[in-house]
Amino acid sequence: MLKFPIYLDYSATTPVDPRVAEKMIPYLTELFGNPASRSHSYGWTAEKAVEEAREEVAALVNADAKEIIWTSGATESNNLAIKGAAHFYSGKGKHIITLKTEHKAVLDTVRELERQGFEATYLDVQENGLLDLEVLKAAIRPDTVVVSVMFVNNEVGVIQPIAEIGELCREKGIIFHVDAAQATGKVAIDLATLKVDLMSFSAHKTYGPKGIGALYVRRKPRVRLEAQMHGGGHERGLRSGTLATHQIVGMGEAFRLARLEMAEENARVLALRDRLLAGLTTIEETFVNGDLANRVPHNLNISFAYVEGESLIMAIKDIAVSSGSACTSASLEPSYVLRALGRNDELAHSSIRFTIGRFTTVEEVDYTIDLLRRKIGKLRELSPLWDMFKEGIDLDTVQWAAH
Amino acid sequence: MFAPVYLDHNATTPLDPLVREAMLPWLGARFGNASSRHEYGRAARKAIDEARSRVAAAVNAHPTEVIFTSGGSEANNLFIKGAAAMMKPGLVALSAIEHPCVREPARQLMRSGWCCEEIAVDGSGRIDPQAFDRVLADKPRIVSVMLANNETGVIQDVEVLAGAIRKRGGWMHCDAVQALGKIPVDFRALGVHGLTLSAHKIHGPLGVGALIVDKRVELAPLVAGGGQERSLRSGTENVMAIVGFATACDVAVTMRNERSAHLAVLRDALERGLTALGARLFSAEAPRLPNTSFFAIPGVDGDTLVGRLDRAGFAVASGSACSSADPEPSHTLLSMGVDPELARAAVRVSLGAGNTRQDVDGFLAALGESLASLRTMTAVAV
Repeated sequence: MLKFPIYLDYSATTPVDPRVAEKMIPYLTELFGNPASRSHSYGWTAEKAVEEAREEVAALVNADAKEIIWTSGATESNNLAIKGAAHFYSGKGKHIITLKTEHKAVLDTVRELERQGFEATYLDVQENGLLDLEVLKAAIRPDTVVVSVMFVNNEVGVIQPIAEIGELCREKGIIFHVDAAQATGKVAIDLATLKVDLMSFSAHKTYGPKGIGALYVRRKPRVRLEAQMHGGGHERGLRSGTLATHQIVGMGEAFRLARLEMAEENARVLALRDRLLAGLTTIEETFVNGDLANRVPHNLNISFAYVEGESLIMAIKDIAVSSGSACTSASLEPSYVLRALGRNDELAHSSIRFTIGRFTTVEEVDYTIDLLRRKIGKLRELSPLWDMFKEGIDLDTVQWAAH
Repeated sequence: MFAPVYLDHNATTPLDPLVREAMLPWLGARFGNASSRHEYGRAARKAIDEARSRVAAAVNAHPTEVIFTSGGSEANNLFIKGAAAMMKPGLVALSAIEHPCVREPARQLMRSGWCCEEIAVDGSGRIDPQAFDRVLADKPRIVSVMLANNETGVIQDVEVLAGAIRKRGGWMHCDAVQALGKIPVDFRALGVHGLTLSAHKIHGPLGVGALIVDKRVELAPLVAGGGQERSLRSGTENVMAIVGFATACDVAVTMRNERSAHLAVLRDALERGLTALGARLFSAEAPRLPNTSFFAIPGVDGDTLVGRLDRAGFAVASGSACSSADPEPSHTLLSMGVDPELARAAVRVSLGAGNTRQDVDGFLAALGESLASLRTMTAVAV
C-alpha cells in the first residue's frame, strides 16, 4: 500500500531511522544528565555517551574522535569553519574562494566575511556542475587563506573532486573546508587520505535527528579556528553550550549505521534511481541536470521543458519533492545552482529534484514515473508553447509581443 | 538500575513525560524540513509557528519576538555580539556574577574596541546599587544582568535596572535561564530588550533555547545561511526540540505556583537541616529561587564532599556544571567577597519538581554520615 504523499525529498531531510530513535529514547528518559556535570553519575553517563558517539562520527570518515567538534548542525559548522579559519589566519591574507553552487550556509557566510573586509571569489562550475581544477588554480592568489568547496551538491548531487582540490590547497598552504552535509552515507570519505582541513557534517541528512551536526578540525597538520560561540568552554573552547546528549547519541548511531550499511544501501538506491531515470527520460524533452557519472546514487534532478514550474508542482502533489533546494524553495527565484549550470530560467523553473532514500520502494518509484508521465502529458496538452515546439517552431527565435 | 537521587536541577532537569510525548511524533513520522513546501514541510512549519506562540505567551512576548536557538549559550552570544555588531564600539556592562556564556562574549567585544565593565555585587550576591550607578554614569550601550543566578539562586531587580538603562538609551539584556518556571518571567514587565531562555532547565529537551528580542533592537546574526528565524539564526529548525520547548513552557507556567511552593517547603526543610549540620548558607538573606541552596561546611572540601554524596546516592554539584571541570573556586562566591578557602567548600543543591521530603531527609542523613566519616579520617590523619 502506498502512503501519500510519497516522500522523495531525502536531500531536504531524512526520517530518523527507527534504530536511531530507539537509541535516543533512554537519553530522553532516565539518562538525562548534563554531560558537563562532573560530580555525579548522571553527568558521567551522558559524557560517556557523547564520547562514544564522537568515535562513531569519526569512524565514518576515518578521523580521530579528537578531531570532531559538536555543533547544532551543518549550517553552524560551515559558519564556524569558514569564519573561524578566516579570522584566525587573516594575518596571512584575506582572500576566500568558493563555488557559485555552494549551499547558502557557505555563500552567506562568505558574504558576511566580505562585509568585514575579506575578498571573495565565487567560481563558476562547468555545465555538468563540476569544478574545473584549472579554474581554481587560476583563482588562487598569494593572499588566499580559505577554499570552501562542497563535497556533494544538494540540488544536483554532483561530487566535486575533493581529493584533487585538497592536494592543490595543501601544496599552496591554504585551509581547505568541505561541506559534507550531503555526502555522508553516500560517498566514502577517508580523511586519512583526503587533504581536507575542515569538514562539516549534519545528522538529519543521514537518518539522524535535526539540530545536531559536527565539524571535523584536522589535528595533523593542526588547523586553528577562532570560536564563534563563547561561554563555558565546551568542545575544547571551540563551541560553548551544553551538549544535547540525545541528539549526539542519535547522530552517532546514524553515522554508525551509515558506515555499516552504505555499500548495500547505495546499490539498492542506485537501482531505484536508475529505474526512475529510465522511466522519466522516456518523456520527451527532459534534461538531466548535473553530471550523471560523478553523482551520488540517490539524486535525480530533471528539467521538463515546455511545462510551467508552479503548475507542475501543483500537479504532482502526490509526491513530496523539491523544485530547488529546500532552504530557498519558498522564493520563486529560479534555482541559482541550475542557473550556474547554464540552464535558462524556464528550464530551471520546471526542474524537479527527486531524492531517493532508505525507505523508498519500487512501487513508489513506479507510481512516480506514471504520475509524471500523465501530468506532464496533460500540462503540455494545455501549453501553446508545446504546440509550437511540435510544429517545429524554434521558440528562441520567436519575437514575443509586449503586453 | 540504581538511580541516585537527583538534586542538580540547575545543571539540567529530567524531561517531563508530557514533553516527551509531544516530541516523539517529530522523531517519527513527522520528519519534514520546515523549509520544504510539501505536506511534510508545511506540517513542520505549522508546528514551529504554534510553538513560537506558546513560548511567547509563557513570557508575555509577541511571537515575532521569539528567535529559536540551540540553547541559552547561543541566545546570550546572539544578543551580546549581535547587538554590538550593529553599533559603534562603546561600553558593555555586566554583573560580576554572570554565567560564562554572557561574560565570554562580552570579553570578545573588547577585541573590536569595546570596553567591558563588571557591576559589583554585595555580600549577599545582589547588585550593589552604588556600583550600578557608577557604571550607569559611563553610559553603557549594552548591559546584561541575569534574573536569577545559577549557583546562589539570587534574584536581581532586573525591572528596576532595566528602567534606569532604558532612560540612558542602552540596551538591556537578561539571562532568565534559571528563573523561568520558578518565578514569574514577564518580558514586557521586565522592560528588557533581550531575554534568554533555555528548555532543558525547565524539564524540556537539551539543545534548544530562545532569545526574546525587542523589535527595536537590530541584531546581526551569528549563524548565516538559509535565512531561518528572520535571518537571525539560519539552519534547519530542530522541530522536535522546539515543540518540546513549547510544551515545557506551558507546563512551567501552569505549574509554577504549585511547584515553587512545594520547592520552597523542601528547601526550607533542607536548610534547617544544613544549619544543624554546621553549614554556612550563601545568600540566605537575599531574594532567591525557591529551589536552590548553596552552602559550605567550613573546612570540608566541596569536591570531596560531593564525591562522597554521589557514592551515597545523591547527585549534587560543587559549582556550575559548565565550569565544574575548573578547579578554581566559584566565581560568584569570590565576587561576593567570600573567602577563597570557604568558597572551595561550596556545595550546591538544586531541587526539582520531582523531589520529595524523603529525598531531602535522605540527603541530610547522607551528608551527616559523610561529614562524620570525613572528620574521623581527618582525626586519624592528624
